Amino acid sequence: MSNSGLQPTIDLEVYRYRPEQQAEPTYDTFTVPLRDEWVILDALNYIKDELDGSLSYRWSCRMGVCGSCGMMANGEPVLTCAAFLKSYAPGSIRVEPLANFPVARDLIISMDDFMEKMNRIQPWIITDEEKPLEEGEYLQTPDQVDEYKQFSMCINCLLCYSACPIYGMEPSFIGPAAIALAQRYNLDSRDHGQETRMDILSTDDGIWQCTFVGECSEVCPENVDPAGAIQRYKVTSTNDWWKSKLLPWTSKQ
Amino acid sequence: MPVHDVVIVGGGGAGLRAAIAVTETDPSLEVALVSKVYPMRSHTVAAEGGAAAVIKDHDSFENHIFDTISGGDWLVDQDAIELFVNEAPNELVQLEHWGCPWSREPDGKVAVRPFGGMKKERTWYAADKTGFHMLHSLFQTSLKYPGIVPYDEWFATTLLIHDGRCQGVAALEQRTGRVEVIAGRSVIICTGGAGKVYPFTTNGAIKTGDGMSMAYRAGVPLKDMEFVQYHPTGLPGTGILITEAARGEGGILVNSDGYRYLQDYNLGQPLDVSDSNHPVKKSMELGPRDRLSQAFIHEQRKGRTIKGKFGDVVYLDVRHLGEKIIDQKIPFVRELASKYAGIDPVHEPIPVRPVLHYFMGGIDTDKTGSTSLPGLYAAGEVACVSINGANRLGSNSLTELLVFGARAGRAAAQFALEQSPTELAPLRKQVVDEDERITKSYLTKEGGTERISTIRTEMRDTMEDGAGIYRSEEGLKNTCNKLAELRDRFSNISLDDRSLTYNTELISVLELDAMLDVAEAVAHSARARKESRGSHQRTDHPVRDDDSYLMHSMAYKGDGAPKIDYKDVVITRWPPGERVYGQEQAE
Ligand SMILES: Cc1cc2nc3c(=O)[nH]c(=O)nc-3n(C[C@H](O)[C@H](O)[C@H](O)COP(=O)(O)OP(=O)(O)OC[C@H]3O[C@@H](n4cnc5c(N)ncnc54)[C@H](O)[C@@H]3O)c2cc1C
Ligand code: FES
Repeated sequence: MSNSGLQPTIDLEVYRYRPEQQAEPTYDTFTVPLRDEWVILDALNYIKDELDGSLSYRWSCRMGVCGSCGMMANGEPVLTCAAFLKSYAPGSIRVEPLANFPVARDLIISMDDFMEKMNRIQPWIITDEEKPLEEGEYLQTPDQVDEYKQFSMCINCLLCYSACPIYGMEPSFIGPAAIALAQRYNLDSRDHGQETRMDILSTDDGIWQCTFVGECSEVCPENVDPAGAIQRYKVTSTNDWWKSKLLPWTSKQ
Repeated sequence: MPVHDVVIVGGGGAGLRAAIAVTETDPSLEVALVSKVYPMRSHTVAAEGGAAAVIKDHDSFENHIFDTISGGDWLVDQDAIELFVNEAPNELVQLEHWGCPWSREPDGKVAVRPFGGMKKERTWYAADKTGFHMLHSLFQTSLKYPGIVPYDEWFATTLLIHDGRCQGVAALEQRTGRVEVIAGRSVIICTGGAGKVYPFTTNGAIKTGDGMSMAYRAGVPLKDMEFVQYHPTGLPGTGILITEAARGEGGILVNSDGYRYLQDYNLGQPLDVSDSNHPVKKSMELGPRDRLSQAFIHEQRKGRTIKGKFGDVVYLDVRHLGEKIIDQKIPFVRELASKYAGIDPVHEPIPVRPVLHYFMGGIDTDKTGSTSLPGLYAAGEVACVSINGANRLGSNSLTELLVFGARAGRAAAQFALEQSPTELAPLRKQVVDEDERITKSYLTKEGGTERISTIRTEMRDTMEDGAGIYRSEEGLKNTCNKLAELRDRFSNISLDDRSLTYNTELISVLELDAMLDVAEAVAHSARARKESRGSHQRTDHPVRDDDSYLMHSMAYKGDGAPKIDYKDVVITRWPPGERVYGQEQAE
């Protein structure tokens, strides 16, 4: 932090990568006003508006719900619209794109991998037959909602993938948010797709490498607890594994 | 292949619902779903309070219809609201079947809560992240339909019109910067509102009115643009919304004297918060948003607001609800207030002020979402059917996305089925021109001196000054002139970034271009309407004038100022009357 004149300021060291101009990333340092109410995203907007219009990053809601603005701040994955500058002062903030993803430009990562994985786990209600609308809603008690509610809070910000040591080493790992989403539907009383999703997840070795250290749950801004989802999956699938071994013998007709 | 059957621009609640409707109408139809952000980032995600539809026995369609008509100060098309109210329950049940985690009663039925201007509780909710859950349920459900082809992070820049029909859009792929044809035999615009035309708004960065501008430039009129909604309870500084559900659950508004000032504005008498009848529906804190935001301005003039770092505020007090109810019913309110205002609503009142929230106006459509341009449809906040009239009732909008998204989807599907196959060549030619226009205006242009942020800030300030909660000829004239000046200066704009890969500065300039169109339509429509109705309050014409203005305004793009025309409001069974609030106790 420096104090030029009356207005306190803070320095942001920002990762830059413009594929058309540079082969390797660089860092640019910008000095921005240090305001109590400003989050990192406000500082980036200040830079873009006033200092360098070519800085690129994603954002929209500025209220922690659209999931666009995840980045690394001093090496930690954060939602930049919820990370206040003052909590880093004095000292500078190094802002980088989310770790473990390919970088497309500046602070923008490629989302392709996550979008494919999300699709793969079939995140929708699977039923044999949907009842007619005229028959109204499916009943679901508050307790039944609570069963899956936590896993339905994921905003797809991808902080958990950035924090996940397994995903860092093995990008084919389907990863915390996708597993939590699978569990969100598996645990929903309206859904009957658990087996299908279990088949999909069971082909993923990554899950078994997850040691339940829980970095993903620690960085999650919505307390979704993907680590808990993975743990639950392991327990269920171990049971299923036993059943699949045992049933053919016990139920032989 | 860039040729599809139906092209949908916008992946928010309306666009997703429309996409599913197209593919369910005929699974052989292919839908291009074009969105400038990944669909789950769309601003529907930010909606908190809930979605209205009559399902409980003590309620009736008639009630919902009448509440909306009077809430909209009789500028609501009555045939449209009638079918909307009728189709609303099935649409919300459909979303339930698609997995939306609606909050429930102990017996497992869907729960409802009271909302402003609604006579009965009829607002379905998923705690206070309703929009988030609706959007994610819709998006995830949409993934199961192979007929929906995503164009994520593609920015539509213009409509392609050939043979007198809309046949697609030109769109810029943000990751490569290339401009391409996305063709279809019909097009649905679902690009949402334009709150970013104002300085202080609950709207996210992406709500820049692109779709309104695209239609306007193609000669399609923008209807009722003077009607913009200020929500009475935004957090000062950021404009983050504190949902009306906070008042639906019993929160109260007080001024600097701790006085529930709404009682001075013809909104009824307060009941004590411990009274089992509190909050009384359609009364006090559950009055309509236009009236509550106007009351704030009067309090401010009387010096009874509280000075804050970011302007004057009043207090929204929910402390009496207690921690348990707050955490159960409005946890997001607690989270937002704690994070962004540094106060815990369990222990302190929340400072709030009116904040620009919603566009009642938009692309003129009929009940099927079709516009005056054959093949072009619109739905969601971008469209004006109108079911919202001069003031939208909270929680009607999320339902509108579903009802009219589905209707537009079905109509556009039908239209597409009736057309001959797309001829790509003439569309390609238009896209080459569009690409050249963008390149020359922004990427290779030399010598501009204006910065995006300067023009954008000046535009927002003049909108707030002249076209805010209270308006006058003088103020509106200044705003119209200022906007003309800004349009002029816009042609002298210069970008720092001339590259192609994720050039977000280029996106910003295209958005600013659109916002200037929208701002112009708002200001000129407001200037032409010399009466006060709903959210449009003229200090120089303070009363409603049904003889001259019981009509929708229609703004047509001109060479200079837009041409403002009028169209009749559809009145069927509910003749214009007085808006009455605060009378429920008496009944
Ligand atoms: C904070 C907040 C709270 C709210 N709470 C409620 C509530 O409780 N109840 C209620 O009924 N209403 C509420 N509303 C209003 C309601 O949420 C919105 O009106 C509604 O969600 C708009 O949905 P939409 O689908 O029309 O547009 P959006 O969700 O805004 O989506 C627009 C889509 O268009 C795309 N798009 C835009 N321009 C382009 C372009 N040029 N090219 C390609 N794609 C483009 C975007 O990427 C996005 O996918 C709230 C609004 C806000 C801001
Ligand atoms: S901008 Fe939406 S989560 Fe940060």
